[in-house]
Amino acid sequence: MSNAELPGTSQQSWRSWLMTETPTSRRHAKFAALYQGWLTLKSNKLTMIGLGILLFLILVAIFAPLLAPADPFAQDLGGRLLPLGSEGHLLGTDSLGRDILSRLIYGARITLYIVILVALIAPVAGLFVGTVAGYVGGWTDTVLMRITDIFLAFPRLVLALAFVAALGAGIENAVIAISLTAWPPYARIARAETLTIRSSDYISAVKLQGAGPLRIITKHIWPLCISSLIVRITLDMAGIILAAAGLGFLGLGAQPPSPEWGAMISEGRKFILDHWWVATMPGLAIFVVSLGFNLLGDGLRDVLDPKDSGDE
Amino acid sequence: MSDKQTNMLEVENLWVRFPTRSGVFDAVRGVSFSLGKERLGIVGESGSGKSMTGRAILRLIRKPGLVSADKVLLDGKDIMSISEREMRSVRGQRISMVMQDPKFSLNPVMTVGAQIMEAYALHANSSKAETKRRALEMLEAVSIRDPERVFRAYPHEMSGGMGQRIMIAMMLIPDPQILIADEPTSALDVSVQTQVLSIMDKLVQERGMGLIFISHDLNLVSSFCDRVLIMYAGRIVEACQADKLHEAKHPYTRGLLNSLPRLDQPQKRLEVLKRDPAWREAESVSGAR
Amino acid sequence: MSGISINNLNVWFGEGINRVDAVKNASFQVDAGDSFGLVGESGSGKSTILRALTGLAENWSGQMEAAGEVLGKIRSPAFYKKVQMVFQDPYASLHPRHSVDQVLSETLFLHGFDEIDTRIVQLLEDVGLGTSFRFRYPHQLSGGQRQRVAIARALAPEPEILLLDEPTSALDVSVQAEILNLLVDLRAEHQLTYLMVSHNLAVVGHMCERIAVMQNGEIVEVMSVEDMRAMNPEHAYTKHLLKSSMGYDRSAVL
Repeated sequence: MSNAELPGTSQQSWRSWLMTETPTSRRHAKFAALYQGWLTLKSNKLTMIGLGILLFLILVAIFAPLLAPADPFAQDLGGRLLPLGSEGHLLGTDSLGRDILSRLIYGARITLYIVILVALIAPVAGLFVGTVAGYVGGWTDTVLMRITDIFLAFPRLVLALAFVAALGAGIENAVIAISLTAWPPYARIARAETLTIRSSDYISAVKLQGAGPLRIITKHIWPLCISSLIVRITLDMAGIILAAAGLGFLGLGAQPPSPEWGAMISEGRKFILDHWWVATMPGLAIFVVSLGFNLLGDGLRDVLDPKDSGDE
Repeated sequence: MSDKQTNMLEVENLWVRFPTRSGVFDAVRGVSFSLGKERLGIVGESGSGKSMTGRAILRLIRKPGLVSADKVLLDGKDIMSISEREMRSVRGQRISMVMQDPKFSLNPVMTVGAQIMEAYALHANSSKAETKRRALEMLEAVSIRDPERVFRAYPHEMSGGMGQRIMIAMMLIPDPQILIADEPTSALDVSVQTQVLSIMDKLVQERGMGLIFISHDLNLVSSFCDRVLIMYAGRIVEACQADKLHEAKHPYTRGLLNSLPRLDQPQKRLEVLKRDPAWREAESVSGAR
Repeated sequence: MSGISINNLNVWFGEGINRVDAVKNASFQVDAGDSFGLVGESGSGKSTILRALTGLAENWSGQMEAAGEVLGKIRSPAFYKKVQMVFQDPYASLHPRHSVDQVLSETLFLHGFDEIDTRIVQLLEDVGLGTSFRFRYPHQLSGGQRQRVAIARALAPEPEILLLDEPTSALDVSVQAEILNLLVDLRAEHQLTYLMVSHNLAVVGHMCERIAVMQNGEIVEVMSVEDMRAMNPEHAYTKHLLKSSMGYDRSAVL
């Protein structure tokens, strides 16, 4: 088997290599599929805005030490609650004189940390549970789905309170608490998809080749469930960030002096009438990132699940 | 001019285009034909543009699809340029359409009776009792033996053939001039097909309607219709009388006829259609009477 | 004996009041190397018989024998090597995220073949697809091409018997001719036995030597294709089916 012949450096030939209808190798086929998916994504302006916001978030988080004008923990009790546009403090300072802009920038790291952890735990757990329940059926299905129902019944904040009481407050425990309440919807989605897919001809065909349940679930069912899970997680991100912020607000998540955005809103609450920017700036940051995830999620759905895109 | 001569529908140079990421796709390319009080069959394979033609006449093609024609005249009046509001009174009332699968064209959450009454009420101003009476009458006209029961039932309780008859009842209750049937029997079993076709046949004859029968089934169309148009790649490649179909001249038509397995004649190998690129380029043949 | 033998087969779905008998007391034989057609309308049970043979039907009673093996509740791997199926809808029988290469290499791997690369190339050639199709995904293939891939997948384990479930009913007429010719060629080349299900009498007449006509789960008549062509049926339902297949007869109706 010859390797795909890569085109020369001309842009035109790269494009035709990626847009081809007749791929010449497995790698070629994968790249072509990815590129064509990217083109669909790119065509949606709102989605690109969402992607831009998220890339911006990631860059800010990575380059925080370079971007932040001041130390996020440096207090200056003489310069408390300075307004927007003050010298040296573009977004003002909070009740302990700490620069809000720097705290927002470092807070991006925490937000990203929460987002990545939950995105890794919740959908993966849901995928496992949902596909096994949907494929195997019978008692396994009943037991797994009732367990899912139990977790679904917990209100997020109440479970977080219980965790904090048991294990102590902190960002990791907040993440675990959020993940524990976030995975059930993914299990339901995965199970619903599995039930539909299970009766397809292509599954019957591979059974006729002697494939066992493990192969069918991992190689045939998972690839089809993953796209709806990806779409769902991006749309859920907004809620997850807000949940983390809510926990931070209650003092259950990131502990002071950590610059977590929710905690910042909590601290600024007391001053909202005269010094509104202390709470509003982190609130705007949360809003923008949530919006970014929503826009991206919508666009991803168009790419991954075209029949749900709403267009004819 | 005798009644037989006047054209109910005249279509000239109909184009349907769809802009895509890789250029414009022409689904229908310069189709012209006319329809009188007759049964006109439009035959083609998938992608030939036959369904698009039917939908374009009814202006059911939405953006990004673009429809253009030199003229589309219904009883001499142009229906391409009238407003959407005016078109709504044409659709259903003067030109109606029956589609392939009643499972997908009947509303699953309304009873059959409610749907037929709705179809009637949209175009007539009668009392509820009168509308119900007409609906039951129509159900009887499509040979449904227990119209009261069917009236109260839901579409999913009906078999395919029954569903299609209900569709026909619904589409004919406003008494349209022209019926466009898009693969009306393709989803039905072969013995039910005959029944549904005979009902359509009878109603079209009784009411003096024009019928456009769109299908991929060459044999069926040639035995049911008066005239046949064969479409390929968005163009009409041949137009002839239905009973003269086996004398067809265009190589595509001949190829289609020869590639069908025949019950009465055993063949060792079926002839495989060799598509000549020249067929796409040739001018569309006119389907005028 | 490498044919198919069905005796008093009953297949049902559901229990108690909800029980639906899809196949009732069906019996027929297919000799090795023959091509046998199961004809009927929807709901006649013809496809259900195929599913029962392949082990995809849960509740059945009676005796089934295929490729020399008496069939029980589960099918052995050896069975799947000898008996394969081509499904009706080419748009549903290929996994949307797997390329042609993946489909064929998985099949070959599951049956324990080696030299997978060479075999894939050979299979694609056998079904009339060139190697340029090897890495395409199903949405990049036409209906006829997908069906060829499905046939290649069925041929990969080098079976003796092919079960064909309406293999061309979802295809255009011109494509149907190609696929039917391909199936006829493959049968001669590999000495296969065919059991073909269809509602289209002309197609069955072209492909098979003998047919069984089914109605409401029962076999009402077994006859040779010659008798069918001669319009010589015995059972009333067969007569009715033949007549309806000949096109619309206006004189008979009005």
